[in-house]
Amino acid sequence: MNNPIIEIRWHGRGGQGAVTAARIIAQAAYLKGYRGVTAAPSFGAERRGVPVSASTRISREPIKILSQVVEPDVVVVLDHTLLAYDEVTEGLKPGGWLIVNSSRLPQDIGFNGRFSTATTDATSICRELGLMLAGLTLVNIAILGAFIRVTGLVDVESVTRVLKGRFSGNDLEMNLTAIKRTFDITRVNDEG
Amino acid sequence: MFKTVLVPNEVPVSAGNSKTPVEKQTLSKQNVKIIDGNQAAALGAKLSRVQVIAAYPITPQTPVTEGLSEFVESGELNAEYVAVESEHSAMAVCTSASMVGARTFTATSAHGLAYMHEMLHWAAGARLPVVMACVNRAIGAPWNILNDQQDSISQRDTGWIQLYARNNQEILDSIIQAYRIAEQVYVPVMVCYDGYLLSHAEMPVSVPTQDEVDAFLPAYKPHTVLDPADIRNYNLVTLANPRNNAEGVLCHGYMEIRQLLQEALEKSLKVILQTGRDYGTIYGRSYGNYFWVDGVKSAETVIVAMGSLAMEALVAAEMLRKEGQDAGVLGIRVFRPFPREALARILKNAKHIIVFDKDISYGNEGAVCSELKAALYGTGAKAVVRNFIVGLGGRDVKARELAAAVKKSVKSGSTPQSHPEWLSRI
Repeated sequence: MNNPIIEIRWHGRGGQGAVTAARIIAQAAYLKGYRGVTAAPSFGAERRGVPVSASTRISREPIKILSQVVEPDVVVVLDHTLLAYDEVTEGLKPGGWLIVNSSRLPQDIGFNGRFSTATTDATSICRELGLMLAGLTLVNIAILGAFIRVTGLVDVESVTRVLKGRFSGNDLEMNLTAIKRTFDITRVNDEG
Repeated sequence: MFKTVLVPNEVPVSAGNSKTPVEKQTLSKQNVKIIDGNQAAALGAKLSRVQVIAAYPITPQTPVTEGLSEFVESGELNAEYVAVESEHSAMAVCTSASMVGARTFTATSAHGLAYMHEMLHWAAGARLPVVMACVNRAIGAPWNILNDQQDSISQRDTGWIQLYARNNQEILDSIIQAYRIAEQVYVPVMVCYDGYLLSHAEMPVSVPTQDEVDAFLPAYKPHTVLDPADIRNYNLVTLANPRNNAEGVLCHGYMEIRQLLQEALEKSLKVILQTGRDYGTIYGRSYGNYFWVDGVKSAETVIVAMGSLAMEALVAAEMLRKEGQDAGVLGIRVFRPFPREALARILKNAKHIIVFDKDISYGNEGAVCSELKAALYGTGAKAVVRNFIVGLGGRDVKARELAAAVKKSVKSGSTPQSHPEWLSRI
């Protein structure tokens, strides 16, 4: 993909932190030297549990386009049950990447041949590490390990620098561990 | 191990590109934060050392009030935060605090701004340098929390200066500039920016240091301060004609006072320009005009828009140029006072002007279009001006739709448009 702007759309449920993930990647990309980065929620009111989305744009040049992302290069899905909704993969460019938090193999999530797919079981890793809040696993940062591994747009180092501005102590360590573990277990099917 | 597939087009950093090292040097010196528009507004107010903040939360402005109350709570900002019960009261607090010499700030959106309407007139009529952020949002009915510019356009005639930001950098910069403008001409300033598109979108913003802002914006020294030790009156009942007061001094009638407000707004044009140029000395960002242009001087076709919409228009113009159609973009930053002469000068050779409005004066056309046509009247400008209403209530506006509207307009040649067209994506 040789686009001047890379567009990423994040899907999760309200409270899972899709917007935060979109922002962390934008900030990490800026640290990697991309002068144009934007991160935005899908516009409107959000509530815990309902499907929500967010977007990140990354470019070498400052970004002028502010309208909603409709043809993403990458779609990241924090909750695999959202794959039941057509709008999650809507507009994803042929050959684009679909990254899903799922215990299944990328070949088994039902998009063979349409997109390159990657899966990672961020939920289990968060459970093991105790990255939970009010019964919800906090997968939004853990799944960045898969994002880093698949896209190469940012690296663990730049994401770590961003996270150091948001977390400290044990919270920081756990999130960094989660990123490293999802990075390692990410499975990729790039025959899209 | 895994292929890196997602690298945006590299911008060549070749030896021939002499700009690069300088830019890099400047960038590394700057304190760049990736923040949303609301954070930029709160930071702008904090850096301006506001002393009294009175605000009532409303979507999408709420994070501005949250950010400022946190600054006050943490002691980072030495200000009085007045949690009021309505926007009407917020502006009443701001005007009152301004009368006793405080630098004041508030922020609102849509219905909050509408509710403030009466007090907006009071602030301007009393010539108080209040500054507010308006996070542009559609007005009901029907109920809608998303972006358009109907809210601030509906306050056009209250006597406030109105600045529109195109990105988050301009939000922060405009609020700092707004105080210097307001405190020189004694006219309140509204800094408007698009809800969600900017208010909730993070992007890089270079944040000046407190020392730099202090050097640009000295403490507010009002010409008159209400003080029990030195009794004065503000906003007396004023009759139609000038007349002597109790001390025998001939005082203005209502109309003279209102004429002075108009003259202050006209004079503020120069102050806005000078303030923008002086601000440019911080990091070299230039606000040297009332609008910003891209390829307008040579273009026969000019797209006009206000706020972040003009950014999307830049993408449309790029598309048109690729197709061999010559198109420039003019983004209006200062809407009140309306920079009539400067606009007429820069648009004198344009053949087609296409104005995209995120607002409408019902029964006529978009407000920006009307204003622009009036500015061109009698100047000899020959352009055909066409108007499209776009993006009301958060309807997503795509660059390709803007480009299509421009192409359609150019094809229509000099046939006049009988009414504004609605650009609705279905």
